[in-house]
Amino acid sequence: MTAYILLEDGRRFDGLPLGARGEVVGEVVFNTAMTGYQEVLTDPSYAGQLVAMTCPLIGNYGVNDEDEESARPQVSGFIVRESARAPSSWRSRATLEEYLAGHGVVGVRDVDTRALTRHIRSAGAMRGGIAPGDVPAEAFLDRILDQPRMEGLNLAGDVSTGEPYVVPAVGEERYHVAAFDFGVKASSPRLLSARGCRVTVLPAAAGTADVLALDPDGLFVSNGPGDPAAVERAAETIREVAARGVPVFGICLGHQLIARAYGGETYKLPFGHHGGNHPVINHARGAVEITSQNHGFAVEGGEESQVPGAPDLRVTHRNLYDGTVAGVAHRSLPVMAVQYHPEAAPGPRDSRYLFDDFVSLLAARRGAGS
Amino acid sequence: MPKRGDLESILILGSGPIVIGQACEFDYSGTQAVRALKEEGYRVVLVNSNPATIMTDPDLAHRTYIEPLTPEWVTHVIERERPDALLPTMGGQTALNIAMDLDADGSLTKHGVELIGANARSIRMAEDREEFAAAMDRIGLAVPHGGFARNIEDARRIVADTGYPAIVRPSFTLGGTGGGTAYNLAEFETQVRKGLAASRIGEVLIDRGVLGWKEYELEVVRDGADNVIVVCSIENFDPMGVHTGDSVTVAPAQTLSDAEYQTMRDAAIAIIREIGVEAGGCNIQFAVDPANGEMLVVEMNPRVSRSSALASKATGFPIARVGAKLAVGYRLDELPNDITRTTPASFEPALDYVVVKFPRFAFEKFPSEDDTLGVQMKAVGETMAIGRTFRSAWQKGLRGLEVGRPGWVTGESLQDDGLESDSTEALLRALRRPTTARKYQLKRAMEAGVPIELLHRATGIDPWFLDQLSQILETERWYGELPDPGPEDLRRMKREGFSDAQLAALRGEDERAVRERRWAWGVRPTYNVVDTCAGEFPAETPYYYSSYESEDESRSSDRRKIVILGSGPNRIGQGIEFDYCCVQAVLALREAGFETIMVNSNPETVSTDFDVSDKLYFEPLTLEDVAEIVKLEKPEGVIVQLGGQTPLNLAQGLEELGVPVLGTSVDAIDRAEDRRRFERVCRRIGARVPDNGTARSEAEALEVARSVGFPVLVRPSYVLGGRAMEIVYDEESLKDYFARAVRASPDHPVLIDRFLEDAFEADVDALSDGTDVVVGGIMQHIEDAGVHSGDSACVLPPYLLSPAQLDEMRGLTRRFALELNVVGLLNVQYAVKDGQVYVLEVNPRASRTVPFVGKATGVPLARLAARVMAGETLAELGVPSEPPVNGVAVKEAVFPFNRFDVDTLLGPEMRSTGEAMGVDDSFGMAFAKAQVSAGNSLPGARERATKRVIVTVNDADKPTVTPLVRRLADLGFSVWATRGTREYLRELGVACERVYKVGEGRPNIVDRIVSGEAGLLVNTPLGKKSQYDDYAMRRAAIAFRVPYLTTMSATSAAVDALTAIRTRRPEVLSIQERIGRGGAGEPSSDVPSGGPA
Repeated sequence: MTAYILLEDGRRFDGLPLGARGEVVGEVVFNTAMTGYQEVLTDPSYAGQLVAMTCPLIGNYGVNDEDEESARPQVSGFIVRESARAPSSWRSRATLEEYLAGHGVVGVRDVDTRALTRHIRSAGAMRGGIAPGDVPAEAFLDRILDQPRMEGLNLAGDVSTGEPYVVPAVGEERYHVAAFDFGVKASSPRLLSARGCRVTVLPAAAGTADVLALDPDGLFVSNGPGDPAAVERAAETIREVAARGVPVFGICLGHQLIARAYGGETYKLPFGHHGGNHPVINHARGAVEITSQNHGFAVEGGEESQVPGAPDLRVTHRNLYDGTVAGVAHRSLPVMAVQYHPEAAPGPRDSRYLFDDFVSLLAARRGAGS
Repeated sequence: MPKRGDLESILILGSGPIVIGQACEFDYSGTQAVRALKEEGYRVVLVNSNPATIMTDPDLAHRTYIEPLTPEWVTHVIERERPDALLPTMGGQTALNIAMDLDADGSLTKHGVELIGANARSIRMAEDREEFAAAMDRIGLAVPHGGFARNIEDARRIVADTGYPAIVRPSFTLGGTGGGTAYNLAEFETQVRKGLAASRIGEVLIDRGVLGWKEYELEVVRDGADNVIVVCSIENFDPMGVHTGDSVTVAPAQTLSDAEYQTMRDAAIAIIREIGVEAGGCNIQFAVDPANGEMLVVEMNPRVSRSSALASKATGFPIARVGAKLAVGYRLDELPNDITRTTPASFEPALDYVVVKFPRFAFEKFPSEDDTLGVQMKAVGETMAIGRTFRSAWQKGLRGLEVGRPGWVTGESLQDDGLESDSTEALLRALRRPTTARKYQLKRAMEAGVPIELLHRATGIDPWFLDQLSQILETERWYGELPDPGPEDLRRMKREGFSDAQLAALRGEDERAVRERRWAWGVRPTYNVVDTCAGEFPAETPYYYSSYESEDESRSSDRRKIVILGSGPNRIGQGIEFDYCCVQAVLALREAGFETIMVNSNPETVSTDFDVSDKLYFEPLTLEDVAEIVKLEKPEGVIVQLGGQTPLNLAQGLEELGVPVLGTSVDAIDRAEDRRRFERVCRRIGARVPDNGTARSEAEALEVARSVGFPVLVRPSYVLGGRAMEIVYDEESLKDYFARAVRASPDHPVLIDRFLEDAFEADVDALSDGTDVVVGGIMQHIEDAGVHSGDSACVLPPYLLSPAQLDEMRGLTRRFALELNVVGLLNVQYAVKDGQVYVLEVNPRASRTVPFVGKATGVPLARLAARVMAGETLAELGVPSEPPVNGVAVKEAVFPFNRFDVDTLLGPEMRSTGEAMGVDDSFGMAFAKAQVSAGNSLPGARERATKRVIVTVNDADKPTVTPLVRRLADLGFSVWATRGTREYLRELGVACERVYKVGEGRPNIVDRIVSGEAGLLVNTPLGKKSQYDDYAMRRAAIAFRVPYLTTMSATSAAVDALTAIRTRRPEVLSIQERIGRGGAGEPSSDVPSGGPA
């Protein structure tokens, strides 16, 4: 029994089935992180994507109960060079294969993931699919071409929570934060709660009134999948809430939405940033952070700290790999956002200070007696 | 922050001679640092006593001092060069210790020299285990608890807390010297005493023995703006308890989840900040409890290290180069990633392959040494393999280890794998003790069906690794049982990492049949790039490893190209000297316009630095691996004569595959190696050889020995470093030897030569283009014949050879070169006995002395040899014959006797790990410098008042030693002699006192040594076998660092040296000044060029 990956340009990579058997389609991207496959699998930002891990050996430490970033795997498909047969870790509860099969995730292993990566690097992220070896490629290609491209796609609604829920503060509750769930990773509310915030997580469909009804100390705008241009309503809400002086902190899709809220443009990157080793410079500190990244869209940047179309914003962080905008802040309001993942999980934790910075904004607003 | 403008001149210290725990990885690092600082426009001054290094090449630094690496001598260099800064982090523990001493005694302040890269406070905090433990406590990290002891009482108190096993580690030592594991009080006290003696500050750390915990290392780099990156994570296959230098190690870490890895990374960042390494790299070791993930910080090295070299090769991130640039003020984000060239160095490499490093040992050289691996490093080299999976890298690494096994293959007999029986009990018993055979024992145990759980419990090796090995075995069985394997089956096996030789053995075929079928089926390797970024960006640097994937990333160019085969893992007899030759060749051929393609598997080397050659294949040096590269690249030829025996062994196979071997023909090599053919060569050119014969059986051997007469020198043919070479005095010993020697080299017969007693030897290095021959240098050995040339001190120019003898050697060398049609290098060993010149050996290849000759004369023989092999003539190149030596150059060997409990008496089997060079205007001073550099510190002025010379020699040496003792007395030394020696000396009117031999009464010689009263020991063995007290005496001398001399010629040289120290002012001179020029390949005009010798 075999399985294969087919790309919309006809390129095919053969392998063996992994996890659930079946046909899946999605956008094929690669991730260069060497650890953290469980967090990758459960990151809702990967909805609609077939994720290839460039690290060849995946599953070595199994899967456990603690490293889930959401309730279930979110990727549309998973591609590895090799999946560990016998994982080893004191925390391991199951093998990767068992986990994927148990959650119905279709995967493929024994693939030359480096060749796949090199192809995507030069041809760009594209639509593709995983199918069992006996599925005729021609028919499968039609199915792949039938799926919509990532541009213009609103996927955040699909992965968002249906109902609001509360993550209580750890220890003394000092602040109340409203959090938009566009596909939030569990680590973000957890890090806020560890800093004394009660977090009320709101569905993607929530509007300004829903947020203001909570009278929050701050608004958190989560990461999530898809094209930010398709989530216009949220941008409006962000602007309205921020106008009242409520501190806003956005991550990833949240960063893009904040940029758009003030007039900035977003665009699709050729193959995105997915990994745990991207250097980002924090202009204010002059310091480099090694960051966890997972995004296919980016905010249009201008000269120096300009954000074209958004005179109220300034660029605070830049990606040192390609100079793309990695963070923006409002010039007068307490609004901050980064394109990458300060909550890490997986990836380096160099940027967790941003959660402290956000909490400082909450404290400053309290102190100002609003 | 751009680079600092307030510095002009920077001093870099090397690490001196190669010793266990400090090998050529520091040549790699230091060379990178010198180049990095040079390209920034700094004036670089270098001190290193090791002539075999690339870094001491006169073209590299602005001023290169081949002078002893001691605080005193480095101070002389500082006084002369007045550098603005000292970069102490590139030369291992040696450089760090010197920097600390110079800081402590105020020399640095006095001469206005700033420490860059790491400051004294940080170095102290990292190195002093007590301060380190306190620092870790401040940042909330745990260390294996225990304590520090300066005496045995304190130690007992501490071990009462830690319990057993307890680890004893001396403070401030190298590669764990003097450390050990203790399982009971008696062992503990022995370890503590050894450790206190080994420590520079008389302190030991007693650790909780976290044996069996998982062991990790992180390579961390920080810049002056406090940006920190982790370049690489390394997981040890062997758990805690085996020194990391002796462990099989794997990169990246394989069995840590992201949460655990990030916790470790956070800890590493906190550590480098707390210790305050200002700008540069460090290595941090962690232990993790496999049961619950508890993490302890084991240690930190605030400098580049063996692991950082490995990490650099494993990731493509040049830690030393970047570290040097950070030390002069750059920030990480201001430096480019040299592999991608478009992204900055402020990132963490992503690997899409697995790297496995195997240590290489030399226990066969030290048969009486216990081969248990522990906290004190014993490995002499290493090989690294890159594969797409752990299993393929594992197999490739074992192939690259060059121990006669084409992968993960068990030995022919149980004994070969260190086993007495293959019962489960015996296997588990053997596996509990970590040895170099463990990897093969695991396979035997798996073959016997021992469950992984039991193997894990016996070894502590993580079950993930064990399951991977088990999969190799399963695949092997599957293939062995296939009725008729087809192309896809073969491809699967190759993808799993099996070599053709392994596959052949699995199905009872020969390797050639497998290869031919594989080629016919088009099953060929692909080459992937080590690109630092897992394919995310295009890489500019062609650094490749083989795989059997779907896409080949290596493109063969249309340029004229030459493949240079490296020397593989370092071992005794084949080390850095050959890497030096290979790098020289690469540089010369690049200069001549060729595309150079390097193949090597040794991560410690300069030759495997990603930008030395045009293309680098990090691959094992086996026929299969090399043939595939050649088949892809189609070079004009392959150079096999510069990398020692490793590539030479491939020459014939390559030729049979139709690969052009450049330079001296394979047949000529055979004519020199094959004893019978060599005899004929000698007869034709009229060279005298000691009476000899060849034996293929014990009976034949006895016959030959009787006819040539005892003593005889016996050895297997085709060996390196005098492997299994012995002087045999009678038939009994010959019988005993013969059984062992045949095992040493089963395919080749044993050579038996009459041993020339009391002869002395000379080594000639020459270069020929097939028409002309030039002599590079004639080196005279200082030790008597019978000591392996690699172990003997030698001097250039010679002082004991007559002009007629020198002429005879020149003539013979020339005739050998022409008779063998040598194109390239040639080394001839001569012996002179009773005025007659004998030929001992002719090696038509680079010799160990090529770099020494190059440094002494300034003529880069290896570079020139490469050009000659590529087709140029000596006349075209203008090579001078016998370039003059300005002054006298002495080479001294360095031995691992402080680590191995074996007799130190030198013999025909090479046992030295490295060499040091002393150069000065007089022989005495040059020899003195060489001794100091080799760590044989001769008693100085201070010791003369308090320490005595002990003399105990055999009857034959008594007349020779008498004038020497007289001279020692004149120098102000008091002399102690044993009874016979004393009587002899007193009769001749030399004043000396009696000292007891062991067993004659006490205090005896050993007591005198132990109590620190002896400053020098002269002891020649009594007859053919060393007596017990000789042995005890020499061991004591090693342990208490008393210089000891075992031959009269060495004693004479030492007396010259002591005289020089007494009467001359110490002076240092850079080799650039000494050889009177800067660039290589530019002979000075007053030297006759070209022409025969």
